[in-house]
Amino acid sequence: MINKLAMNSFSGDQSFKFILLSSAAFILMLVAGIVITLYYYSSLSLSTFGLEFITGSTWDPVSGEYGILPFLIGTLLTSIIALVISFPLSLIITIFIGEYFTTGMPNTLMRGAVELLAGIPSIIYGFWGLFVLVPIVREFQILFDIAPYGVGIFTSAIVLAIMIIPYSASIGYEVIGLVPKELKEAAYSLGATRYEVIKNVTLSYSGSGITAGVLLSFGRALGETMAVTMVIGNSNLLPGSIFGPGNTMASLIANEFTEAANELYLSALFETGLILFIVTAVINILGKIIIKKFVSGTK
Amino acid sequence: MKAGNISYRIVKDKIFKYFIIVAAISSALPLLFILYYIVSNGISAISWGFFFELPKPPGEIGGGISNALIGTIILIVTSSAIAIPPAVLLGIYLSESRNSMVSNLVRNAVEVMQGIPSIVVGILVYAWVVEPSGSFSTLSGAIALAIMMLPIISKSTEETLRMIPHYILEASLALGVPYYKTILRVILPSGLSGILTGIIISISRIAGETAPLLFTAFGNPFINWDITEPSNSLPLLIFNYAGSPYKEWHALAWGASIVLIAIVLLLNIISKIISKKWEVKF
Repeated sequence: MINKLAMNSFSGDQSFKFILLSSAAFILMLVAGIVITLYYYSSLSLSTFGLEFITGSTWDPVSGEYGILPFLIGTLLTSIIALVISFPLSLIITIFIGEYFTTGMPNTLMRGAVELLAGIPSIIYGFWGLFVLVPIVREFQILFDIAPYGVGIFTSAIVLAIMIIPYSASIGYEVIGLVPKELKEAAYSLGATRYEVIKNVTLSYSGSGITAGVLLSFGRALGETMAVTMVIGNSNLLPGSIFGPGNTMASLIANEFTEAANELYLSALFETGLILFIVTAVINILGKIIIKKFVSGTK
Repeated sequence: MKAGNISYRIVKDKIFKYFIIVAAISSALPLLFILYYIVSNGISAISWGFFFELPKPPGEIGGGISNALIGTIILIVTSSAIAIPPAVLLGIYLSESRNSMVSNLVRNAVEVMQGIPSIVVGILVYAWVVEPSGSFSTLSGAIALAIMMLPIISKSTEETLRMIPHYILEASLALGVPYYKTILRVILPSGLSGILTGIIISISRIAGETAPLLFTAFGNPFINWDITEPSNSLPLLIFNYAGSPYKEWHALAWGASIVLIAIVLLLNIISKIISKKWEVKF
């Protein structure tokens, strides 16, 4: 009787562990499947163009020429400008929440605002950008005598920056919350002012964590699709200036995937997806490794 | 470090403090204006009919977004059904085997999945489901969304279960309870609120996703209950109508934006309440 009971629980344990392991195997297979699928579908484009796919600046489905340099540049430009705009702003919000107001009403309000903004779907930011930001940018372009597109790389960088701020600020205040109190208190007891503590202790201590936050925000900006698609102008030529229209890799896929009539066209779009996947995966893992090192360093 | 004059240092400190306060508020406020702009534009479109009617052709005033609303609900339910079981199991696995080679590999795989650009998920599911089955479908959209939910849920499950102290597991095992019953009846219930919070947060993230649905759920001008047929969703409707030249459709899109933000906000509030009320704490 007892033996039988023990046997039952034993087989229960076995099958439970098997189920857990199979869920782990499932996720590994899924990721492997993702890589294999992207590679398989882009193999035609890979073998046809080789490296020219990246260095070529002509994307012309009619003549069957596919080079993604314009989109590569568009993606990098929008993301980097967005980072440059959003970094100081998110750092300010980080210091506000993480240093000056760690509790109380201002903290609740600012945190609430940040979380609220983080929750707004990207499509709505794009919609807002199209109807509000584009006319404003156009006004400025008329004022400064630039071709008044309204849409373009700069406009989408602003929308991206707005979307990134809540994300990088929330990483920021989690990171500076991990700075050991003893260090700050030691600096205070030496007579440092709060500004000096923030500058010389908090920020310099959490430097690597903040860098990781920037990296993760960059990864997010690279892959962002919908908001950018709506305001970038979708021009497949090399961008002439940052105030003119351009295109990114993600929005190229969004715009042309359903139109891809022949195999090579589809394959070229899959290769774009493959490159986007690899770049964001590398940036993400790098960012997570830095964060992990930072967190284990604070313990 | 140069010491400098003490009063100079104090003034510098004060200036920095006020700069941070002013700058933080003045960079957060304009962002909140975005929200105000959306609400003030969309509120006029919202009425009872807005939730129950189909969109009207351009030129006719009124109409609703019932097709997108129902589509979004079906997509959420289906993708949750697909994603939750494997994601929770994966979370249990990761919390139980903390430092083996395999589990670290799996952890990195989850990390990679979380970073996949949503548009790439869209083309993947197109290749996996839409192309073989020959048509766009709600199910393929739900699979795409499920792929996005999976890493979020498994990570929050892992983090929650890791907080449960080991002595609880040991106490249960010492009483002769088999391992799987310990996990299912003791560990899982103690971490339930954390797992639930993760699930709700993942739903609020995918409710507004557009890119993975472009080539999967595709969109549909009518109400669709059949998951093998294409269906509309709130973000898809916003995308399609925002790009249209018609004022009436823009109004519908603004209204839909309010509904979408309200859904996301409500889910966030629910997750906050759950995690506060039944806090996982030992």
